[in-house]
Amino acid sequence: MFAQGVKIGDKAANFTLKNVDGKMVSLSDYKDAKGVILTFTCNTCPYAVAYQDRLIAIDKKYKEMGFPVVAVNPNDPEVKEGDSFEDMQQRAKEKEFSFPYLFDDGQKVYPQYGATRTPHLFLLENVKGEFVVRYIGAIDDNYADANAVKEHYLEDALTEVMAGKNVTTAETKAIGCTIKTK
Amino acid sequence: MKYLLILIFSGFILHSCAPKAKEENKQPVAVVNFDQLEPRLQKQNDTIYIVNFWATWCKPCVHELPDFEKLALEYKNEKVKFLLVSMDFPQLLESQLEPFIKKYELKSEVVLLFDTDANVWINKVSPDWSGSIPATLVYTKNFRKFHEGSYTYEELKTVIESQKL
Repeated sequence: MFAQGVKIGDKAANFTLKNVDGKMVSLSDYKDAKGVILTFTCNTCPYAVAYQDRLIAIDKKYKEMGFPVVAVNPNDPEVKEGDSFEDMQQRAKEKEFSFPYLFDDGQKVYPQYGATRTPHLFLLENVKGEFVVRYIGAIDDNYADANAVKEHYLEDALTEVMAGKNVTTAETKAIGCTIKTK
Repeated sequence: MKYLLILIFSGFILHSCAPKAKEENKQPVAVVNFDQLEPRLQKQNDTIYIVNFWATWCKPCVHELPDFEKLALEYKNEKVKFLLVSMDFPQLLESQLEPFIKKYELKSEVVLLFDTDANVWINKVSPDWSGSIPATLVYTKNFRKFHEGSYTYEELKTVIESQKL
């Protein structure tokens, strides 16, 4: 896929992207947070949709602990119907997203992270103003049934990061949809 | 009473002798977990296996299927076997997957893989796979090539031809 992309321990690139409310949001805006749960997700992929409620729950739980969710839609709307900025605004409104839902206009941000599918998460920790990648992958082990989850991959990583420990399972894989690009 | 039994009995015989539809893929789709699928990714014989991971809701997956079917037809009388592994959600098997197979007259075998902790098995298919679909594994007993993303007709044919003895 891409030669670029971050590994565990790398510094995450800053970005400035437009949110569904029309305002620009940068990673550097979060300099006072403990970190950011950066999530590449979209409107149309069934796996992404299956995780929407869980993403809202995670945001509400962890933003108070200093780790808010920031969602980015990496798809090219000219290639994928249903992922336009207007569609994103509608979805954010319908689901009452508690987090920013940003449009990767020009699709320059997702290759810097090396996101290859939706959903694809990058847990970033704020280390003296720089964002370091601590976990990459899936939210949990069961897209189909939130009540049947056995491995809470992301939450386990968050718990370890907040305790100042190394993340035991720092990378996981999951099935997802390709990122739509020309 | 005796004649009624004979009638019923004949009815059973006639029904079981009815010619099975040969060309249509009329078998109900088997739902498997990864442990059940894995042996089909590890066969050790003279056949070239093409295993495609797809879903009815995945546009690029659906877009490349006609090329896979065309190649399957071309290699019909050779030791080349296609397996289409659907990642469709199992509750939509009857309402979505089976009608799709029927509508597009898919001839290759289709199974539905339902195994939610993909982190456990994605690397077993290929450590190069990041998890997106479409993705295709081509293998023989001496060769293994995993391709994440779409395959063109030419690309896939080139790989198959490279493995023919």
